[in-house]
Amino acid sequence: MSFTVELIISAFLILGGLFVLVGSIGLIRLQDFYVRLHAPTKATTLGLGCILIASIVYMYHVQGYVSINELLITLFLVITAPVTAHILVKVAMHHRVKVMQRTRNQDLIETARMQLPPEKDNKKQDQNN
Amino acid sequence: MLDIAVVLVAVMLCIALILNLWRLIIGPHVVDRILALDTMYINSIALILLYGIYNQTPLYFEAALLIAMLGFVSSVAFGKYLLRGDIIE
Repeated sequence: MSFTVELIISAFLILGGLFVLVGSIGLIRLQDFYVRLHAPTKATTLGLGCILIASIVYMYHVQGYVSINELLITLFLVITAPVTAHILVKVAMHHRVKVMQRTRNQDLIETARMQLPPEKDNKKQDQNN
Repeated sequence: MLDIAVVLVAVMLCIALILNLWRLIIGPHVVDRILALDTMYINSIALILLYGIYNQTPLYFEAALLIAMLGFVSSVAFGKYLLRGDIIE
């Protein structure tokens, strides 16, 4: 393996490790759940993406072909991370998790809690019919 | 140089996992604990990929894919249970 390839792989690995570490430090240091959710879901996805790029380059140089597994892991993480974050925020709003004092538009949490699930509308329409 | 980088990144990931475990223990609400567990899943995927680079084998990618799927499904199941009181309605 040439020096340039090794340098590229090491740079991507260290960048990814730094992003993962920053995301976990943010999970500890930030004050509020809604702020705390921000750190790992972004930073960890980016850090894992960097580590996956390094892994793709390394496996291409070891095996001679690009395997599909890393691309599958990347696709799956990019799809599932926002879904998990969205569901966790809905849970936090529903359970009235404590909000930081200087959060703006705090009354919108109550508006979001009053939203009904779509099944009830369907049932109402069925009864009307 | 790659050996040093792999060891350095492994140390970073282990520190990140310990920080996540700390948040999992002290988390003031259940949602904080779910978030810490989800982050621990993602960090352990990174650690498994790093172990695959260290051993020069593509054998561990299936394990990483499996852990990614299980982490997503378990986080969504926890969230749905807390949100609706039931997982599958």
